[in-house]
Amino acid sequence: MHELSIAMSIVELAEEEAERRCVQVNAVHLKLGALSGVAKEALLSCYEMACENTPLQGSRLVVEEVSVVIYCPSCRAQRPVRSVQLFCCSECGTSASEVVQGKELEVVALEIQECAPNPV
Amino acid sequence: MRPEPRLIEIRKNVLKQNDLVARSLRERFRAAGVFVVSLVSSPGSGKTAFLERTLSVLRANYRVAALVGDLATENDALRLARSQAPVKQITTGTLCHLEAAMVQGALEEWDLNQLDFLFIENVGNLVCPSSYDLGEDLRLVLISVTEGEDKPLKYPTIFNSADVAIVTKVDLAATVEFSWETAYKNIQAVRPGMPVFQLSAKTGEGMEKYLGSLETGLAKVHQAGAV
Repeated sequence: MHELSIAMSIVELAEEEAERRCVQVNAVHLKLGALSGVAKEALLSCYEMACENTPLQGSRLVVEEVSVVIYCPSCRAQRPVRSVQLFCCSECGTSASEVVQGKELEVVALEIQECAPNPV
Repeated sequence: MRPEPRLIEIRKNVLKQNDLVARSLRERFRAAGVFVVSLVSSPGSGKTAFLERTLSVLRANYRVAALVGDLATENDALRLARSQAPVKQITTGTLCHLEAAMVQGALEEWDLNQLDFLFIENVGNLVCPSSYDLGEDLRLVLISVTEGEDKPLKYPTIFNSADVAIVTKVDLAATVEFSWETAYKNIQAVRPGMPVFQLSAKTGEGMEKYLGSLETGLAKVHQAGAV
């Protein structure tokens, strides 16, 4: 169960960004690969905990799940895998280990609201 | 009036802090010419016995040392100390995996230039360690014959974060009716092309071939350093 430390890293990262831009964060958009080693459900409940007593309290975590894509040497193209238990091209069945997508654990966007501008 | 909410793109890796530390460790390892091998497995797969044998054998010809992650005890470090190699314990408390900063902290008093091989034994866990780069050159994932042949299918992520698979306790294979063919097929299904060694740390069977592959790794590191 390392989702809590991952959630805390997400909050920290968003907090830094919000402070720098002087904005309030309503939601954090995250890309989560099927091979990231992080479980979505556990992460969502940990996120709430990690937000407590931070400027992100009450914000949402929006998770976009990313499936595994490999480079198929036979098709010479990027293809989805049959499953994470079977790393082969979903089109032609050639086994392939070059993962081009699916390891993401990345904050891609913040849904923000500007703080009221300071009077000049 | 409150401004409308809007979306800003930022694209930041959540584990960037760990990755930065791992990268700087890797640079230090390269500069010192030390070959770094980490071990991941479930609890009880024989990591410590395997490492003890590895250290004992390599010590005859190389300068070796080990870092050992454990939740609470120092038992593993005490066992490994019998190999006479320098061993340091990283007690992680409740944390289920090692992070690059822990490795960095543990290495503070060690002169890496005095080492050929450094081994890092992760906490026994087939889930959490997969997300964390430790700066190692080679990550070994161990499964013992007593765990059954389907471990790779249950934990494809850790097999995808590792470079080499080691099947341990092969001296018990017949007793537990372990099928090498099935295990090998399952490993190749989740990680096509993954090199696999089968060995017994108890009897020494298969150790030579695997140790030879580590020596090849070290030679490559030295070659790269010489260029």
